[in-house]
Parts: sequence; C-alpha cells; structure tokens
Amino acid sequence: MTVSLGGRLEGSVLPSPVLDISGLRISYLDQNGPRTAVHGIDFSVFPGEVVALVGESGSGKSSTAQAIIGLLPENGRLESGNIRLNRLEIAGWSQKRLDGIRGSVISLVPQDPGNSLNPVRTIGKQVAEILVIHGKASGAAADARAIELLERVGLNQPALRAKQYPHELSGGMKQRVLIAIAIALKPSLIIADEPTSALDVTVQKHILDLIDELRREFGTAVLLVTHDLGVAADRADRLIVLKQGRIQEQGPTTNILTNPQSAYTHRLLADAPSLNVRQRRVAAVAKAEHGKAGDDIIVVEGLVQDFGRGGKDKGLRALDNVSFRVRRGTTHALVGESGSGKTTTIRSVAAFQKPTAGKVIVDGLDLSAPPRETLRLLRKKIQLVYQNPFGSLDPRQTIAGIVEEPLLNFEPIARAKRAEIVASTIEKVGLPLDVLQRRPHALSGGQRQRVAIARALVLNPQILILDEAVSALDVTVQAQILSLLDTLQRDLGLTYLFVSHDLAVVRQISDTVSVLNGGKIVESGVVEDVFEHPQSAYTRELIDAIPGKKHPLHASRSTLTNSGNI
Amino acid sequence: MARYIFSRVGQALLVLWAAFTISFVLLQAMPGDAVLIKFQNPEYGLNAVQIAEIRAAYDADGSVVLQYVHTIGNFLTGDFGYSLQAGVAVSAQLAANLPSTIRLAGLAFAAAALLAVIIAVLSNLPGLGRLRSFIQSLPSLFVSIPTFWLGIMLIQIFSFRLRLVPVINPGEWEGLILPVLTIALPVSAPMAQILLRNIDEVLTRPFVSVARAKGASHTFVLWRHVAKNALLPVLTVAGVLFGELLAGAVITETVFGLNGIGSLAEQAVNFQDVAVLQAIVVISAAAFVTINLAVDLLYPVLDPRLKAKLGGVA
Repeated sequence: MTVSLGGRLEGSVLPSPVLDISGLRISYLDQNGPRTAVHGIDFSVFPGEVVALVGESGSGKSSTAQAIIGLLPENGRLESGNIRLNRLEIAGWSQKRLDGIRGSVISLVPQDPGNSLNPVRTIGKQVAEILVIHGKASGAAADARAIELLERVGLNQPALRAKQYPHELSGGMKQRVLIAIAIALKPSLIIADEPTSALDVTVQKHILDLIDELRREFGTAVLLVTHDLGVAADRADRLIVLKQGRIQEQGPTTNILTNPQSAYTHRLLADAPSLNVRQRRVAAVAKAEHGKAGDDIIVVEGLVQDFGRGGKDKGLRALDNVSFRVRRGTTHALVGESGSGKTTTIRSVAAFQKPTAGKVIVDGLDLSAPPRETLRLLRKKIQLVYQNPFGSLDPRQTIAGIVEEPLLNFEPIARAKRAEIVASTIEKVGLPLDVLQRRPHALSGGQRQRVAIARALVLNPQILILDEAVSALDVTVQAQILSLLDTLQRDLGLTYLFVSHDLAVVRQISDTVSVLNGGKIVESGVVEDVFEHPQSAYTRELIDAIPGKKHPLHASRSTLTNSGNI
Repeated sequence: MARYIFSRVGQALLVLWAAFTISFVLLQAMPGDAVLIKFQNPEYGLNAVQIAEIRAAYDADGSVVLQYVHTIGNFLTGDFGYSLQAGVAVSAQLAANLPSTIRLAGLAFAAAALLAVIIAVLSNLPGLGRLRSFIQSLPSLFVSIPTFWLGIMLIQIFSFRLRLVPVINPGEWEGLILPVLTIALPVSAPMAQILLRNIDEVLTRPFVSVARAKGASHTFVLWRHVAKNALLPVLTVAGVLFGELLAGAVITETVFGLNGIGSLAEQAVNFQDVAVLQAIVVISAAAFVTINLAVDLLYPVLDPRLKAKLGGVA
C-alpha cells in the first residue's frame, strides 16, 4: 500500500492535490425541468492515492466522475463549482480544450468492458489511437507501443491480441485492454467508474490488483467509483460516502469502517453483505438437519445437458453429471462464474428444456419425460424471479394486471376473487395497495422486484427460483428484499433455489450450496462448511476473491461467528 | 464461410425461380393473350381460323405445364422469346433498353446514398441549433413525396420556370439530372433516417465515451468510431431499397419520356406482351437478388463479429 493520507498529513508539507473539487453542483434536464443530482460537494485526491466514491444509485457518484472528465450526458450540466486538476481550473473549459488533457492527464477505466470497445476496430488500433491522438507516436511505432502496453497489462500473446476484435476477448481481457489505454500516457489521475461490477469475482480481483500495481508503478492517483463497499474497503485509502448528491462523510477508510459518523454510513455498512458475516435467522446447519430427512422437494441426479447443432457437430456439454438435492423449506444456492452452468441448471429444473440425460424430480414429478399435464402442474409449483426488475415487467400493464396474469392461465377464478388474491399477495410482499393501479415505471427498483416476487407468489408455488434476483439492487434495498424473502420462506414454507455470483449474499441467505465450475459441481454442502472449510481449490479461489477481506472488523466478526457456530 | 456463401447463393436462385414461376402463373391467368390482342385488330382482317393458326404457331395453345417447361428451358439458355408487339427478340429489346435503365438506377442510387450521407453529416455539425431539427425532418418530407408528382414538379420548376434544364432534346447527361433527382429523393429518405437514428444510437454507446476519454474530438469520434457502426445497418436497407429504385424507374421513365426497361414494361403491359413482361420480371428479380446477395456477402467482410460466427460454422 502507499503511504496513507494520515501519514502524509503528519508530514510538514502537504503536497498539492491532483484533483481538487469544490462546490460541485450538477443538474440534469428531464421532462420535469432541471433536477439537481449533485448538491455542491468538496473533496480532493492527492498524488498516488486511491479515493473511493461510494454510494447507491442516484447518489451522484457517476455524475461526479463524468463531470470531472467533462463527459456528462447531453442533458447534464455543470451548474457551478471548481474542478482543479493539478491546480488548473478546468470547470469552464470547452470540449475542445478538454480534449488536450483527456487521456494524457486524466483517463478513464469504464464500467462495462463488454460495450466499451468499438466492435468493428481491432484491439491494437484502439490502444494505439490514444498515442496518435496526442501526437506521441504514429503508424508502426504506435502499433508497436500498443503491443507493449497490452503485454504490460498481462495479456498473453499481445501481438495476436492486437490483431483481434473485441468479441474475441473475454470480459476480463477487455477490461485489461481498457486499462492499457488508460495508463498509456501515464496520466496523473485515473477515474475508474465501477471498473469491475460487470466481471466475475475472481476476474474482479485480478483487475483490481492490476490497477493497484500500475498505480504504484506510475504514481497515478485513482478515483474509484463503486457501489461495492467491499471493494472500496479493500482498495481505497480514503472513502467518500455519497447519498443523493451530498457527501455524508469522508475520511480514511479504516476510520469510516470502524467508526462511521453518519447514520447513513452505518446502515450502508450494516447492509453490505461482503462486510458482514451475519448471524443467520436460523442456523443453517440446524435447519438443514431438522427438515424431515428424505423430504427432498428437488432431486437432480446425473443431469447432463448438451447444446449443439446436431449432426457431426459435437456441440457443447453445458452440464455434466450434475446432482443435488434440496430439502423442503430450505434455500439451496447455485454459485459459479459466468458460463459455469447455473442458468442451464435452473432451466432444467423449471422444465424449460429436456435433459440430455439424468433425472430431475420436483416434488415427486419426474421431469425427465414429462407428459403435458405434469408440466402444467409443475408451473403451479415452481415460479421464477429474474435479475432485472426493469426488464421483467411489462411497462404497459398495471401492477394489478402483472400480478394477476398467472391466475388467468389456470382454472377460471371469479374476477372479485382474483382481485382479492392479488391484493393479499401485494400485501405479503410489503407493498402498499395503491401501487396496484400504477405502472412499473412509477416504481423504484426495489418495489419492482417486490412486484416480481408477488407475481411469482400469486399461484401459491412451493418453490421459487431466484435467478440473481437481488444482484441488480442497491445494498440497502438488497438487504430489505433478502429479509422479505426470509420472512416469506418462514411464513409460507417456501423452498428457494437461489442462483447468484455474489458469494457474500449466498452466505447470508442459503442453507446449502452447490459450487459449479465448467458445468460440473465441484463442491456442495451446508453453507457454513463450504465457506469455512472449502475442499476444492476452485471454491477456495472464489471465496478468496470476495472483496471486503481487508475490512478491519471483518476478521473479528468472522471469528465471532465461527465461535458462535462451534 | 463456404457453407454460408453456398446457402446464400442457393437462396438467391430459389427466389429467382419463385419469381419466374409466380409471374408465369399470373401472366397465364390473365384473360386473353398477346396474340389475340394483336391479331384481333380489325385492320388485319383475320378470321377466327387464321387467328387460331397463328396462336398455334406461337405455341399459345399448348398446355400450361408444357409452356412452363418450355419457357423455363428457354430462359435458362438465355432465350427470352419474341415480342409479339415489336416482332423482335426480347433479348434484343432488353439489350437496347437495359443500359439506359442501369445508368439511371445506378446514378439515382449513388445520388440517394450521397444525399443520405450529406444529411447525416450536416445534422451532426456542431453548433447548428434549430437548423439541426430542420435537417433531421428532411427525410420524413422526402419519403412522403410521390415519385410522379415530384417528377412533374421538378420539370415545372427547373425546366419551365427557371429554364435551367431543357426538357426538349436535352443532352445525354443533362437529360438525366431531373429523373435521377426524382428517383433519388424518396430513396435517400429511409437511408438518411436509419443513418441518423443509428448515429444517435451509436453515440450513446459506452465505447464512444471511452474514445472521448482518450482525448478524441467529437469529429474524430464520428468518423473513426461511429461512421462504420452506423453504416452497417444501412447496408441491409440499401439492398431492399434497390427494389424501390426499379419501381421508381418505371414511373420516372414514363414521366420524362425516357427509353428504358420502365417504358418497355409500360408498353408490354398495355399490349399484354407476355414474353416481354416475363423477361422484365425475371431481370428485375435477378437484379434485386444479386444486390441483396452482394450485401449478404459483404456483411461478414465489414463486420468482424459475423466473420467469426461464420468461421465457426465452416
């Protein structure tokens, strides 16, 4: 780690900040006129320092980052305030003037590596471009330098990569390319805007390590914008906590984590799954054992799923001999990185596809060779809740219509009775009844996810498949939804099949877990056992990659829970 | 890749065959035929028996299936039969008329593409203000103008009022100016619309922000990053628009009194000259199919993502 700010403050001379923000106000023009997103914030970033801007959606963290680099969306406006970059006031600069410093003095590592490279230009050209734009190199020299940079960020076969197109690289590789671009001209400040939120947890760790390493090598300061307190806790020297465009508090990371001053930070810390190994509502071990032995509502045995075009094409084996059992009334989590087969598994359990081989038995119904009637019965037993609460609700239907729809697909129920069922379901998920006549766009992300849960519950299913159902939500909302799921499970005796890439959340909500890698189950068992004593190297790697390990409280709390379990 | 080309060429041939067959059936289904229309004319003074003999000579009496097999065989060997009205080989008529239509259509298409690009470039110039929304509304205006009306208006304004372009005995190229414009305007409109929308859409993609963050100027980003991405979808539309171009040529050639496939088609329709019509339908379909085949084959060359997918198949 670099010298902490605390260390620097004790020194006699305070170095001048790389970035000094004061009174920054940003507003957006939408249908209802101007709306202020950032209400006059002040902070500084010193040379070589990592400062994290943390906050939930709508906190203004991304707006702040965009304003600094002069790339606010078209309807965004920098109302007032100063942005000093190396003591140079750039707040009022024209785009043309900013072009001179963007990329050379200040650069960006973007959020979504998948869409942040031009799909029709080669990797090499896109890296070389930054050198050409700033007149540092051209032609063959720029291409050669691009290959060096690609090598520097840890890409194997850099010369080959330079000739490839973005779609030929994985997400992590693309993010390395983007980092190569960001460091090409050794800027004094890198803005990393959620640099790893689209990546798998092990890749996330490697990318953050790389940023850390390069920062140290070049003495570059990093402004890390993130919603993930675990990441911020691990990587930042100082934290700035934003809420609705105002700074709640800022200071050295350790101070804020151990002794938060504002109530908001308190709650944020309490809700962040990666920073807490919370006491479970019912100890998982106990619950898993108390359930009637043999009462397994989901039995998957030797499941094999091939995808292919048939013929001589060998196709792809997405699942290979997957077996697990879920006891009634418990939560089983499927974890793994993208491409591990989580989604394929739940699609088989929901009978959206026919297994190539193996058995899937859901509450006594054998889905390996399901007759039509079995499928209809199954649809009432098993329901899905998807990740994206914005995409999974029809924007033109009212909430009442959305929740009612599943009822219309089965035996007819009188209109009044339907309305009654819908209303009681909406109450179950903790929404006020007046949402019924509204449409999805009028609701927040958390409310929409409650509606999606209500829609799943309206048929009185026994199993809910939760496909990354809390991954798109802010931590405080996530905590609320998780606790709602908890209550519903207890009240209704539901069984959850919980699919997530977020191990911290999995640890919090599930009783048992299966770890998938490359279509095979590498490990499964009771959550505490798997997390505390992982047997396979892959599980260990996954668990090690969970951010938040450096949180000073983490160690102590974790021991606490351990002793509690013993 | 080879499989891709093979399947696309196969599809193109299938479309050609279907066009031939459908037009053949429709033309056969029409009451009367060219022989009757021509020789029933009292001026010839032929009686029913003589007409029947002529019909037999032209093979207009044989069974439909036989005629179909006969005609398709002839088409495959490049023999399009004889025009009853003109009394010459259809291939000779095509040879005489095709070049001028190709020239008209080609120029019109180039003009349309140019116009679309000009509109797109103009509307993305910085500092336009209100003018930008005016330029962006031009395509909707163009697309709603009927071709025949536009042709007549252009003649009225540029030839009769302003006397800029002569309509009577114009020079070979001079005479093309107004017809080309007449066809180009409505064809350019959908291209421009799609191009404008694509540019706006591509500008919101994250890679554009990344390019700006490298220090690239707006203009640089437009040309180096946005242009190619925005043009790809236009290519598909261009293929389809080519069909519209051919339809436009028929009307425009008639309005401007130009020789070409369009005016040939108009005459052939008037006289139910089946052989000529059949040949024109097949030629148009061939042109349409060829252009779209070219677009399909060009796509993987321009878009590396498609090439990869096809490479995987081959």
